[in-house]
Amino acid sequence: MSNSIHSDKIILEAKNLEAWFGDFQAVKGINVKYCERTINAIIGPSGCGKSTYLRCLNRIHEEIEGTRVSGEVLLEGKNIYDKKIDVVDVRKRIGMVFQKPNPFPSLSILDNVVIGLRLQGITKRSILMEVAETCLKKAALWEEVKDKLNSLGTSLSGGQQQRLCIARALAINPPVLLMDEPTSALDPIATAKIEELMNEIKRDYTVIIVTHNMQQAARISDYTSFFVYGKMIEHGLSSDIFTNPKEKQTEDYISGRFG
Amino acid sequence: MLKLNSKTQDAVLFYALRFISLTVIGLLLFIMYVLLKAAWPSITHNGLSFIVKKEWNPVEDQYGALPFIFGTLVTSFIAVLIATPVSILVALFISEYLPKSISRIISLLVEMVAAIPSIVFGLWGIFYLSPFVKLTLAPFLKTYFGYIPFFEGPSFGIGIITASLVLAIMIVPTISSICRSIFELIPAHQKEASYALGSTKYEMIKMAVLTPSVSGISSAVVLGLGRALGETMAVTMLIGNSPLISKSIFAPAATMASVMANEYTDASSPLHVASLCYIALLLFFITFLSNLFAKSIVKNFSKIG
Ligand SMILES: Nc1ncnc2c1ncn2[C@@H]1O[C@H](COP(=O)(O)OP(=O)(O)OP(=O)(O)O)[C@@H](O)[C@H]1O
Ligand SMILES: [Mg+2]
Repeated sequence: MSNSIHSDKIILEAKNLEAWFGDFQAVKGINVKYCERTINAIIGPSGCGKSTYLRCLNRIHEEIEGTRVSGEVLLEGKNIYDKKIDVVDVRKRIGMVFQKPNPFPSLSILDNVVIGLRLQGITKRSILMEVAETCLKKAALWEEVKDKLNSLGTSLSGGQQQRLCIARALAINPPVLLMDEPTSALDPIATAKIEELMNEIKRDYTVIIVTHNMQQAARISDYTSFFVYGKMIEHGLSSDIFTNPKEKQTEDYISGRFG
Repeated sequence: MLKLNSKTQDAVLFYALRFISLTVIGLLLFIMYVLLKAAWPSITHNGLSFIVKKEWNPVEDQYGALPFIFGTLVTSFIAVLIATPVSILVALFISEYLPKSISRIISLLVEMVAAIPSIVFGLWGIFYLSPFVKLTLAPFLKTYFGYIPFFEGPSFGIGIITASLVLAIMIVPTISSICRSIFELIPAHQKEASYALGSTKYEMIKMAVLTPSVSGISSAVVLGLGRALGETMAVTMLIGNSPLISKSIFAPAATMASVMANEYTDASSPLHVASLCYIALLLFFITFLSNLFAKSIVKNFSKIG
């Protein structure tokens, strides 16, 4: 159980957040606050809207045709759904790692890591190399790829690709990092490395992570939310949720009697 | 009824399929043989220098294929030059900007352009495009870019550029529909990866759609080129059919296909007929090469994609 001391500053807040696919409502009335430099786990049965909720937090949900979002998401107090806000800026500040590793197939390992910086107009090779090395080290991949930075990103194994995607997300240095089951495709060793990494980056980042692995949630997170059918049933300190949940449904789920 | 066990069934199917495919290959070889035989008098008479000889004068029985090779290559090249960016934009617009329901209709309409008979394009070219080139395009290019030698000389409305423009319109459906199907193969997670890094739609398209599609687009272009190389009717109606090699895109010219369509029925001397067949053989060879080239790109593409 993580019990580090963190600040109480709210970095991200969802207010009555709802999301639809056409007529189907996948996320219902979410209200939650995330403190700076914390790890926040989201658990819940398959299909309950965890990914959809996460994808509302960096406005990727709206890229699917026929979808809709209502409510507010406040990043440092500013609603990212405000008409005046540029969605591109939002996504630069709220990074995302997807469930399925998705490196760019035509780019080298190095270019995959620094592509976000290139987008921001940074082209100086020394800076790019430095960031690439730092981020690949943070993602526990450096030792494995340092001699083949120019090979294709897709030439790596699935687990390595996922760590590459984490390095890519870290490279643009977003204060908030969303992770959708980042370790579901990884072996226990790579998973341990990623968990270590999360503990590490917690010093600078706020992480919101969807996971099906209850032990993982209990091990690494400060807070945990439990979702069912698009609703957030319970949110609280992970130490409370996993030992002494308030809701019956939560208790059933974590003790394996549900879902 | 004759009941076959499964082993015999397989054997029958195997031999039937083998027979059919061998027939197709045999037919191809047979056509080549007939062509070669018909062209033989010209091949023995002119040799390979036929390809580089500039004279084409049936009255004096002088035959050189260079003006037609030039006409074919230049018109096809200009057509591809114009059609490629247009096709890519059309394909991007359909696959990335239009909602699914409308995009299906629009792409159907674009593909229907490919079904318009060549002669209709030819007529449209004569009635609309040719006056447009003569009265609008040529004066415009001459006024602003007249110092470029490609825009020298008068325009009669019929010539290289008119044929090239019609060819371009004819190959846009081919190139754009292949490009669209390539773009639609790009998985959503690639686009999301790009968006998640804070790219604009333009940057997303460059990064996640166009970059991985380069070889696919190239093969679409080469397939379009193949279509332009062999196109006959519309070009014959619009190019002017003069065996000339000029710098100006307004000048009349002739292509390998157009000279065959234009002269074959009136060809009287045996050498004339043989020379036209020799040209057919060369055209066959060129389109064969371009198809082979397109295939090799597709092969490389499927390795990456
Ligand atoms: N593209 C889509 N179109 C329509 N409905 C969708 C789409 N994606 C997801 N859904 C629906 O939205 C609901 C929530 O899906 P979501 O992917 O958010 O679940 P999840 O909690 O992440 O599940 P899992 O744990 O299996 O990843 C599901 O009922 C799903 O069927
Ligand atoms: Mg999910």
